[in-house]
Amino acid sequence: MASMEITQNINQSSAQNISTRLRRQTRIGENLIQGFLFLCGMISIFTTIGIVFELGKESLLFFSTPEVKLIEFFTTTTWQPSIGKFGVLPLVNSTLMTTIFAMLIALPLGLAAAIYLSEYASHKARSILKPILEILAGIPTVVYGYFALTFMTPLLRGIFGEDNVQIYNTLSAGLVMGIMILPLVSSMSEDALSAVPRSLRDAAYGLGATRLETAIKIVLPAALSGIIAAFIIGISRAIGETMIVAVAAGSGPAFTFNPFKGAETMTGYIARISGGDLAYDTPDYNSIFAIGLLLFGITLILNIVSRRLVAKYREVYE
Amino acid sequence: MTTQTNENNIIIQANDLSIYYGSFRAVKNVNLGIQRNKITAIIGPSGCGKSTVLRAFNRMNDFVQSAHNDGKILFHGQDIYAPEVDPVQVRQMIGMVFQKPNPFPKSIYENIAWGARINGYKGNMDELVENTLQAAALWDEVKDNLKKSALALSGGQQQRLCIARALAVKPEIILMDEPCSALDPIATLKIEDLMRELSVKYSIIIVTHNMQQAARASDLTAFFTMDEDRAGLMVEYGETSQIFTRPKDKRTEDYITGRFG
Ligand SMILES: Nc1ncnc2c1ncn2[C@@H]1O[C@H](COP(=O)(O)OP(=O)(O)O)[C@@H](O)[C@H]1O
Ligand SMILES: [Mg+2]
Repeated sequence: MASMEITQNINQSSAQNISTRLRRQTRIGENLIQGFLFLCGMISIFTTIGIVFELGKESLLFFSTPEVKLIEFFTTTTWQPSIGKFGVLPLVNSTLMTTIFAMLIALPLGLAAAIYLSEYASHKARSILKPILEILAGIPTVVYGYFALTFMTPLLRGIFGEDNVQIYNTLSAGLVMGIMILPLVSSMSEDALSAVPRSLRDAAYGLGATRLETAIKIVLPAALSGIIAAFIIGISRAIGETMIVAVAAGSGPAFTFNPFKGAETMTGYIARISGGDLAYDTPDYNSIFAIGLLLFGITLILNIVSRRLVAKYREVYE
Repeated sequence: MTTQTNENNIIIQANDLSIYYGSFRAVKNVNLGIQRNKITAIIGPSGCGKSTVLRAFNRMNDFVQSAHNDGKILFHGQDIYAPEVDPVQVRQMIGMVFQKPNPFPKSIYENIAWGARINGYKGNMDELVENTLQAAALWDEVKDNLKKSALALSGGQQQRLCIARALAVKPEIILMDEPCSALDPIATLKIEDLMRELSVKYSIIIVTHNMQQAARASDLTAFFTMDEDRAGLMVEYGETSQIFTRPKDKRTEDYITGRFG
């Protein structure tokens, strides 16, 4: 009985006020939030545009000075502003070298750690290992710099001989940078692996696949886009890392492929010059903007290429 | 509880099987002998442990850390939980089809070839793919698109692909956990017809909460329910026609006539 009355009431009231009830409501809170979120998005876009604009403007100044020639900038191997030699290759070369050394550590170990954590580790092991990785990620990079200088370098000198390994060298800086980036790569890769649905693993196990076969041939390919994204962010991080290389890689541009020799990277150079007492508007000073723009360009290209790769190779799961 | 069936024809047998999740006993004292080349349905209310029992038959419960068993499961007389038994081998011989179709995000061809390849299949792969797709009644629908992603198929086609994929590993038993619950009625009937054809070569255990399906598609039916302590138990097991027309247990009768709960 009671329920019938209620239904009747509802029917009556909706018949009477149907147009009132259906009228479009103004939801001020909703609109405010939407506007605020839009603004947040805009801020990051405008910041990026502002940075590129500023870099471009100052770079233009640099390239318009008579001593500087665009072709020589990109093709010659001596960077000595005091005698008017502006060949950026030594800086690019050492940046690439430290990055490669870092990636030799961070990518394989990071991926292995991620696979272990997501496919093998028990709850208990994970609850111990993940916080440790997070602590590793939270250490300031200057500390890593001194770790390179006071631990890794002596270690390398012990192994390869003091005569062969200079106190400042790209190998030590690169390896420690790899340790620094490892937690980033592993935690992003692990997120990607864990996001692969349980049902795909069940399917593989149900066919008599081992854990390794399931992890490598089913879960990994399905998580590939996320893992490549982790790698790219790791590489970008290595290219842009400043403090470790400033402390441990050496502070003088040198064009060398010898990992045991000191060689200043692009970021190391920028840090040294912007902290120094060079006059504004000299080519030496303006050069850091050109190098900054180049750094930006390298990471941008890296991003674009990786997006292409991901779109081509990923396995989309629902 | 025992059945009036021929003991020699039993392919897998649960003996006094209890399954626990941590300290919670999800299933208690199940005695169930599955017959070769028959379709056995497991029915019962939600949460009574049907999936738990099914997954125990090919050791899929190994992946639930808290799960452990009492009792035995004998496959051709061998306890599959004995320490010397490799669960990977068990799952090769006892395949599984899941509730929600779960094809790999690979091509149709690769979905079938993958399982065969990891199990060391050395024969002609094209032939195997064609044969298993034929056996799963999917070949005519996909033969021109074998390179297409399996995810582009309809739900019913995906489920038949999952069956084909299981067949490619050449199992003896196929476990199916509510394989039609995500499918429309026409796709459901196709799967039921398919099960009938497959039972010539394979033994099939199907969990279903659809009683018409159990009545239509199975030879034998096991009815499970829950005790007051929420532990699942097997109430009655027998020929499907007998369970649905002359159930011996009051609880079975209540359930199949819809008077449950
Ligand atoms: N992974 C798990 N961990 C803990 N408890 C579980 C797990 N899976 C199932 N259970 C419990 O076991 C009981 C039986 O579940 P299940 O076998 O899925 O039942 P059914 O398939 O008959 O619906 C339920 O009480 C459920 O909550
Ligand atoms: Mg279930």
